[in-house]
Amino acid sequence: MNRSTWRAWTVIAFAAVYFILPLIATFEFSLRLLRGQYSFEAYRIVLGDAKFQASFLYSTVLAVLTIVIGAALVVPTAYWLQLRLRKLRPVAEFITLLPLVIPAIVLVFGYLHLYNSSSFLPLTASERGADALLTFGYVTLALPYMYRAVDTGLRAIDVRSLTEAAESLGAGPTTILLRVILPNIRVAVLSGAFLTFAIVIGEFTFASLLDRPAFGPYLQLIGANRAYEPAALAIIAFLVTWACMGLINVVGRRGAARRTT
Amino acid sequence: MSLAQSLSTAQRRSSSGALVAWLGVAPFFVFAALFLVFPSALLIVGAFQDGTGAFTLVNFAELFTPSIRAAYLISLEVSAASAVLGAIFGLLVAYAAVGGGLPIWLRSAVATFSGVASNFAGVPLAFAFLATLGRAGLVTALLRNELDVDIYRAGFNLLSFWGLTLTYLYFQIPLMVLIITPAVEGLRREWREAAESLGAGAFDYWRRVAFPVLWPSLVGATLLLFANAFGAVATAYALTGSSLNIVTILLYAQIRGDVLHNENLGYAIALGMIALTALSNIGYIWLRARADRWVK
Repeated sequence: MNRSTWRAWTVIAFAAVYFILPLIATFEFSLRLLRGQYSFEAYRIVLGDAKFQASFLYSTVLAVLTIVIGAALVVPTAYWLQLRLRKLRPVAEFITLLPLVIPAIVLVFGYLHLYNSSSFLPLTASERGADALLTFGYVTLALPYMYRAVDTGLRAIDVRSLTEAAESLGAGPTTILLRVILPNIRVAVLSGAFLTFAIVIGEFTFASLLDRPAFGPYLQLIGANRAYEPAALAIIAFLVTWACMGLINVVGRRGAARRTT
Repeated sequence: MSLAQSLSTAQRRSSSGALVAWLGVAPFFVFAALFLVFPSALLIVGAFQDGTGAFTLVNFAELFTPSIRAAYLISLEVSAASAVLGAIFGLLVAYAAVGGGLPIWLRSAVATFSGVASNFAGVPLAFAFLATLGRAGLVTALLRNELDVDIYRAGFNLLSFWGLTLTYLYFQIPLMVLIITPAVEGLRREWREAAESLGAGAFDYWRRVAFPVLWPSLVGATLLLFANAFGAVATAYALTGSSLNIVTILLYAQIRGDVLHNENLGYAIALGMIALTALSNIGYIWLRARADRWVK
């Protein structure tokens, strides 16, 4: 082994210690609920907790809604910006960068004032309204990732030829989007979707300040009141994030394999 | 169908196509106005108003009261420390993974893990570090029992500036790896060989070739990391409760219960945060445009 390889291994080894040690420690901690023995008792308690199930389900439903609304907003927009309204593209790109510039806590602060009970659109006044507001907030948070993924997907295909071919066969815009464009950028949309899921599922700031029974605030509550259950929840959350990123890799590789065959 | 006829149909189709295109992008822009632009604009306007709605700059003067200024300072320090350290270690990892002659499986493991860890933030990350380096954490206990080193007695505290910085690095380093890897891949092997054939050592190569090419990417990425840490709430809140006075937690408390007894001061704090993250993002975009000249 030469010197630079040796140095590279050293760097990776140090990084591995820093990144893997907390995972091991958390896992070990999560097994310590019963005195004097290792057990999965903390996981049993957490998974059996009705509040865990309810809040996880709530956040899952919201994540799915976020993905559907986000894709429905971004795919047609990116498509028409690429096909006809190229001048507007920098504007859209700027807008999709804004959620990275404006911190989430500032955004939700604005929502609470713009949509309070005495405003033109009193979303925070009702439960359903607040659910909708939280979902729209998540769509906003996910916008940079969804837009970038879809835009990259559209750049990789020949949007103009596909559209013209479909039009010459008599297809209208809706048919073109749903049956021609969407299947061709499926991998990109799915990558955006899984990333969105990973961001939304444990999100704390929006859900907590809009007072919704989501998974993030549940995590925080357990963290403030229990000793071992939070460690079990951290492991579960890490596995969910890992699954989302793994799925992105899997669909990406499938897509690449299909294209080359 | 005559040529003139078919031309006019084509024209009609194209103008109706433009209408369809505008209708197609309209929901996106309406959505952005409702959930990005208006809410932020409302805060910005509110920051310049007093309780009765009259124009004032008093709110900005009040940002410099000791407690608020201290909150901004700690936030700036944690964000800057985690951004700079994250950038340095992230660069080291990216450079090791790209140019270190490591096996392919390890390189793709680094890439995948970076994707996971950069998204593993918020409340669960705080739990993980409490289980590791908290008072009852595994590493704390191991060091005390096996090596007789009590890090808490030695002055370490997870619920402090360094504790928070160490925790933030868990998502900052992987984010740096993801951002900087393309730039590191852009460093051509020939440049190094050319430098070596002219008698340059590793240090000369870095100082005269690699660093001048990389620095816009490096500084830009550091600015992005800074903004990333500056807006974070959940990790710090779950880790320290409200014992560490950073600006996001101050704003959180203000939104929950108007702890400052002045709504418009809350708006000014929010505007100050937007200004800082906007500055670092503008810097990032400007530097990335410069960096792109070298890649390819």
